[in-house]
Amino acid sequence: MNIQDEVWSITLIGVGVVALVFVWVISQSGKSPASERQQTTASSIRRWWFLVLVVAGIGIAYATLKPFPIANQSANLQGAQIVAVVGHQWYWELSPSPTQVKAGIPVEFDVTSDDVNHGFAIYGPDDRIVTQTQAMPGYTNRLLHTFTRPGKYRVLCLEYCGLAHHNMLAEFEVVDIATGEQP
Amino acid sequence: MSSTELYPANEALSRNERIVLNTYIVSTLAIFILMMLFGLMMRMAQGTWLNVPLDRFYQLLTVHGAGMVGNVGLASSAVMWFFLRKYVRLSLAIFATNYILFILGVLAILAAIFIGRYAGAWTFLYPLPVHAMGVWSPHAAALFMLGYLLIGVGFLLFYLDVMLALIRVYGNLGRALGLQWLLGGEIDKDHPKTVVASTMVAITNSIGTLAGAVALVMCLINIYFPTVVLNALLVKNLTYLFGHMFINASIYMGVISVYELLPRYSGRPYPISRPFLWSWAASLVMILTVYPHHLMMDYAMPMWMLIMGQIVSYCAGLPVFTVTVFGALTNVYRSGMRWPLTARLLMLSMFGWAAGIIPAIIDGTIGVNRVMHNTQWVPGHFHFYLLLGVLPMILAWMFHLVNSRAKGTDPAFAKLGFPVYLVGGLIFVFAFLDAGHHSVARRYAVHLPEWLPSDHAGSIGAMLVVAGMLLLAARIIIGLLKAPDHAGPAHAGR
Repeated sequence: MNIQDEVWSITLIGVGVVALVFVWVISQSGKSPASERQQTTASSIRRWWFLVLVVAGIGIAYATLKPFPIANQSANLQGAQIVAVVGHQWYWELSPSPTQVKAGIPVEFDVTSDDVNHGFAIYGPDDRIVTQTQAMPGYTNRLLHTFTRPGKYRVLCLEYCGLAHHNMLAEFEVVDIATGEQP
Repeated sequence: MSSTELYPANEALSRNERIVLNTYIVSTLAIFILMMLFGLMMRMAQGTWLNVPLDRFYQLLTVHGAGMVGNVGLASSAVMWFFLRKYVRLSLAIFATNYILFILGVLAILAAIFIGRYAGAWTFLYPLPVHAMGVWSPHAAALFMLGYLLIGVGFLLFYLDVMLALIRVYGNLGRALGLQWLLGGEIDKDHPKTVVASTMVAITNSIGTLAGAVALVMCLINIYFPTVVLNALLVKNLTYLFGHMFINASIYMGVISVYELLPRYSGRPYPISRPFLWSWAASLVMILTVYPHHLMMDYAMPMWMLIMGQIVSYCAGLPVFTVTVFGALTNVYRSGMRWPLTARLLMLSMFGWAAGIIPAIIDGTIGVNRVMHNTQWVPGHFHFYLLLGVLPMILAWMFHLVNSRAKGTDPAFAKLGFPVYLVGGLIFVFAFLDAGHHSVARRYAVHLPEWLPSDHAGSIGAMLVVAGMLLLAARIIIGLLKAPDHAGPAHAGR
């Protein structure tokens, strides 16, 4: 299961639970008035609910921020393979070109823009995004990624950049480290 | 404390107030419907069901974004003005001025887009407005920004009037916010929730609007003096500080409708509490500090700001889940509530807000944002809490108002409008979310063949939303024309 599937499942479960709670409360709304005791119970539930959310939030934040998911921008990234990326209205310039990188070895994408903001998004062979960063004029964002799956990858622009925004496509290959070839 | 009297005497409108308020209501409903139609056109164009030229598509994208964000702000400011004037003395002239400046701004924006062909999106992300590749002129971009400035000036005047009025009654904004009761002391149960929410909104959105004004003025200078080059990251920070603040302020203004109206329909008091005060004080800080979650993919941002963006995104859910929505549910639970359309819309708004922020909070995780940012997941979550959250808050208030003039009965066509709107809205937002789940890019005029099924589902959902909205809006407009009258009981206890 990739991260998109996990996010989708969590969202469906979360929205479903919220919907069920609402349906239940609405179904109870016509019944005889809640007693003082039931109101006190609600306060108690709220305290526990608050505590659960805080504990869950701290745990999830820790788990998702350590290690920090974005490469240190000022340190030497130790990238064995470096690809320079420049966004233009409306095409990508990848160097070296044609671009071919090896799976299993980190790739450092140095991403910038020649004109306006672009979004440098890498789509995998299954047409799902594997990673992305912004291409901003005056800045170079250093994206470090290790590809695990050989194949043809596409680059799409994910920051609206004008009338041919949707046409900003580029491709590169990830080859198997052992054979040096695409599957 | 919120009254449970359905139509308290202190909410009666003078003739002039009624004229201004009706103008707000009719205008905002008309703009909502028009913008929804533009949205429907875009979804159908993406799904190849409608042929829309590329330049027109991106013009629609721009006007839809600017129009919806501005209009939901205007409509929710009317909600705030209507209820807040019971507690403090607000200027009708400034409320009317806000409307006039808004309309002037809208005219400038429409001219920039449909005459000047400006299509730089509602976010006017520097330096796109001046890199049009010959599609629009710098003057069109400047006119668009001038329109924003006019709207911003109107809102600033409104918020300044609100703050002045609050200070006159409560001494200072901290007391209006209830900060004196955060750590102890007996809370004045009659301190209105509306005052607390309005204070928070006036403070934060004044700051947000000023940030936007700074960005706009900087961009305007750059348009006419291109040698003055701006820092793209700084402008982006200002733009999203403004954009995030403005749209969230709309939610916080809209929710006043729930605080005021829900107890009247449940028949159960909905008093202020310490958790409530804490949640609004915390929200004030969080709304100012959460915006970096829009810049998580800008790796040049300082790391601490990105971490702050994620953590504050998580924290921002706490007041919603544990105070406002939880409070609304306990207020309704076993209340003997009946379900006229106003009450249904109020509950829908709570559901839409609570459910809609789930995908939003998840997307506020940097590791998730890396694969979801600027996919259709984003319009999926913000349409969820705007279309099914904020708009129902506003519609509920409008229904409540018109029912005072129409003997409290909901006609059959309006009753039909609610499920059509609800079902259409759910289809519409889940089509976006599913597309985001499949990495479909947002803001694309042309979609890949494998993306079309979600476009078709989204188009069908949008058609239903428009149909439902037309039915609901028709009821409101017809109701506005009726003479004031008393309404029937809202809950079984009366």
